Amino acid sequence: MSLTALNRRAGASRPRPTPSQRRANRDGWSMVLPIVVIVTAIIIVPIIWTFILSFQEARYSDVARNGLFNPLTLSNYTDVLTSHGFWESLWVTIIYTAGTTIGSIAVGFLAALALRNAFRGRGAVRAVFLLPYVAPVVAGAYVWKVMLNPQFGIINEWGTSYLGWDQPIDFLGRAPFAMITIIVFEVWRYFPFAFLFFGAALTGLPRDIEEAALVDGATPWQKFRHVILPQVMPVIALLTLLRLVMTFNKFDDIFLLTGGAADTEVAAVRVYDQLVGSSDIGAASANAVILAVILAIGLTVYMRFTRRAED
Amino acid sequence: MDVIRFQNITFGTLKWVLIVGLLLASLFPFYYMVVMSFVPVQDLLRNPSLLVPELQQLTLDTYRQVVASEEDGGFGFARFMRNSAIVATGATLLTMLLSVPAAWAMTRLKFAGGRQVSAMFLAVYMFPAIIIAVPVFVGFQVLGLGSTLIGLVIAYIALIVPVTVHMLRSYMISIPESIDEAAMIDGATRWQIMRKITVPLALPTIMSTALYAFMIAWNEFLFALLFLSAKPELWTVSLGLTRLADGQEVSRTILMAGSVLLTLPIVIMYAFAERWLTEGLTAGAEKG
Repeated sequence: MSLTALNRRAGASRPRPTPSQRRANRDGWSMVLPIVVIVTAIIIVPIIWTFILSFQEARYSDVARNGLFNPLTLSNYTDVLTSHGFWESLWVTIIYTAGTTIGSIAVGFLAALALRNAFRGRGAVRAVFLLPYVAPVVAGAYVWKVMLNPQFGIINEWGTSYLGWDQPIDFLGRAPFAMITIIVFEVWRYFPFAFLFFGAALTGLPRDIEEAALVDGATPWQKFRHVILPQVMPVIALLTLLRLVMTFNKFDDIFLLTGGAADTEVAAVRVYDQLVGSSDIGAASANAVILAVILAIGLTVYMRFTRRAED
Repeated sequence: MDVIRFQNITFGTLKWVLIVGLLLASLFPFYYMVVMSFVPVQDLLRNPSLLVPELQQLTLDTYRQVVASEEDGGFGFARFMRNSAIVATGATLLTMLLSVPAAWAMTRLKFAGGRQVSAMFLAVYMFPAIIIAVPVFVGFQVLGLGSTLIGLVIAYIALIVPVTVHMLRSYMISIPESIDEAAMIDGATRWQIMRKITVPLALPTIMSTALYAFMIAWNEFLFALLFLSAKPELWTVSLGLTRLADGQEVSRTILMAGSVLLTLPIVIMYAFAERWLTEGLTAGAEKG
């Protein structure tokens, strides 16, 4: 038996906690207990509950009457997995997630590079860049809706007067345009997020390596490609992970802009429609669980992949 | 050498093109929003690409109509603003009150189960709202908290607490524990150490965390939609605006004035506390 195993076994028969340890336990728990209770009640229990509900043919009245104890069934899963709409929404979600993740990280990175060297007014420019991110999503979505409106929106006004469009484009109501528009909107809203990360990372880079590269005759592009880019790779990996998780379940932006019309029904909007529209709690839960599983699998693959790349 | 000069000029030019382009993209929607909220809708019908209105064109009528209560023929935004203010302020204060001691205990005390609590917060940190929306919605309806501002505040606390605890903790770890130990020897209790030593030292971080929490709560939409849809008198600004837009034909000047009212508190806050908020955003940026 190894020494650590022995130690662990010895630790199993715990000595009685000392009075100071008991006081630490008491103080510690009195400080964390309220938020532990709230987070358990609002997040942990609902996660478990979603899982249970996904195995029940439940409507509001059943849940109100029987709580968690409705008969169990697999039919929600078979219904979801065999429905055409589910696979379509999954595909839409993947395109949307990939498009916005890549787009927002690329634009945020370029923005951070552009602001890397100090110039007069840089602080103000940085503050303005963050506006789309701090502004409420509802306000942002409505300005875009008004700007893109086919009848009176300024974008179509410009397009038909100056760009020679034959007719106004229904940016949020026609199939290929709607998806492109919500991706562009999302890039607009979240490039500041990547910009903040890259800004912090670029400030932290040691300048002497770059200066050495320049002395050695590297072109600016080579300097970027071989000196800067390798050093910010970890930031790109982290941002990709965060953006993937957050975009995959995104609800507000699409719900507000298109409501899921014109081939933009992403998974989260579908869950909402099942929950509120047809009040099919079981299907909504099964859908949410499947999404969580797909996300978990995707993340595991991604982490494996990046870890191997790091080695 | 030529390559280097060529690239320097190209990238130097592209950089300014990008900066100007992003400035326009970031600012123009908000400018447009403000302009539309101040001009009469008839002027827009006559000239759809109106961007720089004459001074005498400007009017406050749209705002008067938006803010006025329904009985006075308005849209009730004064009430929406009040509801949002109550919910966001309440959620922020309670969140901070609860998460400061919790973050302190997690960084300072070795108590049984403390590690598990930290792990739990990290795990829920990334949980998307839509997955918990179903049971929270159903459960709150059953408990009778479904259509109340208190229910919304409780839900917001749960949404915000993992973020604030994370932000506070990463700062408190950097405060040397030797200060605490000195106070401990002088006979201070743990609560006193936290209140008299850690909180004053961490005040800037606490402020930026609070601002960030307020921003999340003020901007939140999904839970407000789930909880309060049936109760117009409790709508927050975000919810009120969307219900307004979905309902009868509402002119875009009204919509834009509502959007301005929704955005204004956040922008004012941001203008006064940009540095704090940027710090908070960077630290808490992982959520959002």
